[in-house]
Amino acid sequence: MTLTDTPVLDVTVPARAPWSAIVRAGQELTITDLGGNQAVDCLLYDAHDTAVRYSAPDTVHAQGGIFLTTGSVLMSNEHTPLMTVVADTCGRHDTVGGACSKESNTLRYGHHTYSQHACVENFLIEGGRHGLGKRDLVSNINWFMNVPVEPDGTLGIVDGISAPGLAVTLRAETDVLVLVSNCPQINNPCNGFDPTPVRMTVR
Amino acid sequence: MATSTTYGAREHARAQEGTRSDTMPVLPASDWPAPPDGVAPADLVWAETVAGGGYTHKVLARGTELRLTDLAGDACAHLLLYVAGRPWERLNVADTVKVLWNAYLGEGHLLLSDQGRVLASVVTDTSGRHDTVCGTSTLRRNTERYGDGTPHGPAPAGRELFTLAAAKHGLERRDLPPSISFFQGVRVGPDGGLTFTGSAGAGASVTLRAEMPLTVLIANTAHPIDPRPAYTCTPMEVLAWRARPTGPGDPLWQASPEGRRAFLNTAEVTR
Repeated sequence: MTLTDTPVLDVTVPARAPWSAIVRAGQELTITDLGGNQAVDCLLYDAHDTAVRYSAPDTVHAQGGIFLTTGSVLMSNEHTPLMTVVADTCGRHDTVGGACSKESNTLRYGHHTYSQHACVENFLIEGGRHGLGKRDLVSNINWFMNVPVEPDGTLGIVDGISAPGLAVTLRAETDVLVLVSNCPQINNPCNGFDPTPVRMTVR
Repeated sequence: MATSTTYGAREHARAQEGTRSDTMPVLPASDWPAPPDGVAPADLVWAETVAGGGYTHKVLARGTELRLTDLAGDACAHLLLYVAGRPWERLNVADTVKVLWNAYLGEGHLLLSDQGRVLASVVTDTSGRHDTVCGTSTLRRNTERYGDGTPHGPAPAGRELFTLAAAKHGLERRDLPPSISFFQGVRVGPDGGLTFTGSAGAGASVTLRAEMPLTVLIANTAHPIDPRPAYTCTPMEVLAWRARPTGPGDPLWQASPEGRRAFLNTAEVTR
């Protein structure tokens, strides 16, 4: 397979929406932050065996750090490479914060948030189209989200370092099912309190 | 003893009763020779010494307290929790660190489920060397590092041990989310880099309290970023006894607004 300038897929995912696609080995997926500081929650699965899926801990311990950027290899739970970050104009992405859910929102902000949209709902809706269910949801990547850890362990989602037009490009190391929730969160700075669309381009 | 006949083989097998080893469960648990201070022997429900490279699992009633002890200083307790009988509710490590605003486990930390409830609370901790970001080891990685990662080999991988423990509760590899680990520490630097801080030494212990009925899976296996070239893992003591879950009057219930709401969510399904 050769890379061309003509994308095989080029779509805009609306604010708050789910999205998925199979990215074939050797193809590159570019995620562009159109509005700036839009958290893009992302899970990866081996397209031929979804029991093999993105593992945040394997990715973290394989590269010796919790932040993702160019050169980071996204590892599976069998410690095999799924995708590699080959370009990144943002510079830092999160591996530890996971997805928002209606349930965790009740803990983080209060029960008044229970009626709001959340990433886990998106993952369940979109994952269900591929035979994935709740047991298939694990700690995910948050593209463009900034989660620093202080010396005493204090950790939290803070203002993003992304901006309109910044992008991250992932090369598939095997055929990969990419599952995305374009995060609907409106209670913390991950989206600047305002979810915006993102662009997905596969070459 | 002649084992060439069924009678001889039976006699040989039965003669083993009463043999003790350093790593074994004690049944009934009330026979454990040294109950924790203040715990009546009759209240013990689990007493076991798990070998380095071994695993164990148990269903615990709500309120049970579970004490893990690093006997020789090189245990590493990789832990997964599920609500007993409905394992689709399980430990969510991301929520456990994010909701509590802290990546480091210690006394007072709550281990949260993916449904916004408290699975277990950390009641006491004399170690302070734990990890929430590195998960456990895999067959592939242990094979690369130690030449073997199979469960019965010299360097069992945590994920392989979890697979066996999970299978005994009807669960599969798809049911193994990221785990946490006790007794081998990791610290995160300002650039996101990891520092392995290792063990606090022999005798450190952690006590967890089951805030819901739990299926507990524990793999005692070397931490995935333990830098030592040789696979090193020593035995771990596991004791559990009947106790009471955290109640509304307990200081831990009110320790943080996030925790208070998590306990309220838990109470809603455990009343």
